[in-house]
Amino acid sequence: MNQAKLGKTDMLNLFKKMLLVRAFEEKAGELFQQNLIPGFIHLSIGQEASSVGTCSVIRPNDYVASTHRGHGHMIAKGADPKRMFAEILGKSTGYCKGKGGSMHIADFSLGFLGANGVVGGGFPIAVGAGLSIKLRRTDQIAIVFFGDGAANRGTFHEALNMAAIWKLPVIFVCENNQYASTTSISYSLAGGSIAGRACAYGIPGYTANGNDVLEVREIVGRAVLRARSGEGPSIVENKTYRYRGHFEGDPQKYRSPQEIDGFKKEQDPIAVFEIRLKTAKVLTDSAAKKMRKDVAQIIEDAVHYAREAPLPQPEDAMEDLFVNP
Amino acid sequence: MRVMSYREAVIEALREEMTRDGNVFLMGEDVGRMGGVFQATAGLWETFGPSRVFDTPISEVAIVGAALGAALVGLRPVAEIMFVDFTGVAMDQIANQVAKFHFMTGGQAIVPLVIRTQGGVGFGDAAQHSQSLEAWHTHIPGLKVVMPSTPSDAKGLLKTSIRDDNPIIFIEHKLLYQTEGPIPEGDYLVPIGKADIKKEGKDVTIITWSKMVLDSLEAASLLEEEGIHAEVVDLRTLNPLDLDTIIFSVKKTGRAVIVHEACKTGGFGAEIAALIVEKAFDYLDAPIQRIAGIDTPIPYAAPLYRAVIPNPDKIAQAVRGLL
Ligand SMILES: Cc1ncc(C[n+]2csc(CCOP(=O)(O)OP(=O)(O)O)c2C)c(N)n1
Ligand SMILES: [Mg+2]
Repeated sequence: MNQAKLGKTDMLNLFKKMLLVRAFEEKAGELFQQNLIPGFIHLSIGQEASSVGTCSVIRPNDYVASTHRGHGHMIAKGADPKRMFAEILGKSTGYCKGKGGSMHIADFSLGFLGANGVVGGGFPIAVGAGLSIKLRRTDQIAIVFFGDGAANRGTFHEALNMAAIWKLPVIFVCENNQYASTTSISYSLAGGSIAGRACAYGIPGYTANGNDVLEVREIVGRAVLRARSGEGPSIVENKTYRYRGHFEGDPQKYRSPQEIDGFKKEQDPIAVFEIRLKTAKVLTDSAAKKMRKDVAQIIEDAVHYAREAPLPQPEDAMEDLFVNP
Repeated sequence: MRVMSYREAVIEALREEMTRDGNVFLMGEDVGRMGGVFQATAGLWETFGPSRVFDTPISEVAIVGAALGAALVGLRPVAEIMFVDFTGVAMDQIANQVAKFHFMTGGQAIVPLVIRTQGGVGFGDAAQHSQSLEAWHTHIPGLKVVMPSTPSDAKGLLKTSIRDDNPIIFIEHKLLYQTEGPIPEGDYLVPIGKADIKKEGKDVTIITWSKMVLDSLEAASLLEEEGIHAEVVDLRTLNPLDLDTIIFSVKKTGRAVIVHEACKTGGFGAEIAALIVEKAFDYLDAPIQRIAGIDTPIPYAAPLYRAVIPNPDKIAQAVRGLL
């Protein structure tokens, strides 16, 4: 759980996962440009330390409720990029048979309870998962990812209060990327801190440098320990930044290219970690190069699979409305 | 006459009413600086500033609720809910508060409030961003429901809605924003509760609203080539409903087809069908047909979402079946 225990392979796996998330997102952006994606997509480029760091300290049978910006969470939880791309391209072999798309993608076999198109939709779901864990007396936990903007939804507060009074094993992981669509937190977030809202509910509120994967691990790790030992929920606020528009095609009039470049140059989660790994002699240039090549191959294969996959048939729309039709 | 897009017509209506009446103001997510996700409030923040155009946090309950509060004590808010799907988030405010205040207070409170939103299937926006939820809203007594299909109706009806002392949900359609049409000069209004016959015909009455008016007109022109003369009635407002125009047309043609994008079960088409049966049963030469969305959530992939909503061919096919 803590950094000391992280072996060389673990470190390299973390790095590779982050590369994979980024490569996936970059490819998704490309496919969008090529008009191959029927819906709109929200990319998490720049936020890889948060998704990968968080999911690296939880177990395969833990639950994750995600957001509209959820590709990274899902990959980090172990999803197959092939079926993810197939879903995003609207193919019948996608995770949701082409019915959900990017905003509703899910893999229940991985405990990934779905992206969500409604901002703030995941909070109560995670509370319910936490309640189920408690009633079933397992040692699982539930994570809900959410954006800074979602902290202004009523569901945030209702869910926090409920999780706190029942001491549920739920971790509220905020990815504070400073903007909710076009709206800056400096305008919309009273009190200026999401972690700070925890004190109203008598639970811990941690803030992490969300661009530092090891710090994210460390801090989410604390919340995980607390949750697993029955002490209840926490908020973790990962301070991060998204490089792309709110959605692909967003003209981004609300921020300057300089601001984006600043983050890319100074705080890029992958670059920062890469330097650290190389300085510690855990990673060599040639190993990094090979890893990037491997990741590119995984993505290429996944896209190939997705592009070749069949489209759903119109009559498939009639299926899945009820369990027993 | 000027030609304008539906989106520009919405902006012009807001601009004119905000200029005319200093009590009119806008609030909603990204409506200010950004001009709205569909750019339907573009330029208004620049003109009227942040004390008339409020960007809000992602707090739909408080957007509608605060607009109600402001309306109760003297202002005329136009609150935007980005997608009609998210009126679900604010439904307590809409159904239990906004729509009932005037009545519950024995007429003391007035609620001059417009909730602007947009709905419908676009391009792969999937299950939580594509719905047509007007039937929810028509089921709430005390709430007017306005759904214009053309730029000129959008402008005239939005202006009327803002001047109305009652709460109104004004539902635009995401695929209509780019459509263009003529706009009358000057300060014109379109009355709420008045349907518009978009095309005259003697053989069958197609009753519809919002984007399905365009699909129905397309169907009607296909049918015209086959010698079938369909009349297309654009309801424009669902509540209050212009029953007279519907009944007059059905008595003339003897056949009624109701077209809506919303799923069929519990859709507003059922209400219209029942009213036609009540008022014009003896005039019907064929069963009433409803062409509506199939009862599923809206899927993501194109072959799937196309399969679950009406289109001109499906409408034309249904009409042929009646004759
Ligand atoms: C209830 C609701 N309101 C509005 C929206 C439209 N919307 C989608 S994402 C978004 C911004 C979310 O911001 P944040 O929570 O910070 O997440 P981020 O996009 O930055 O990851 C908005 C307003 C929505 N999907 N659901
Ligand atoms: Mg954000």
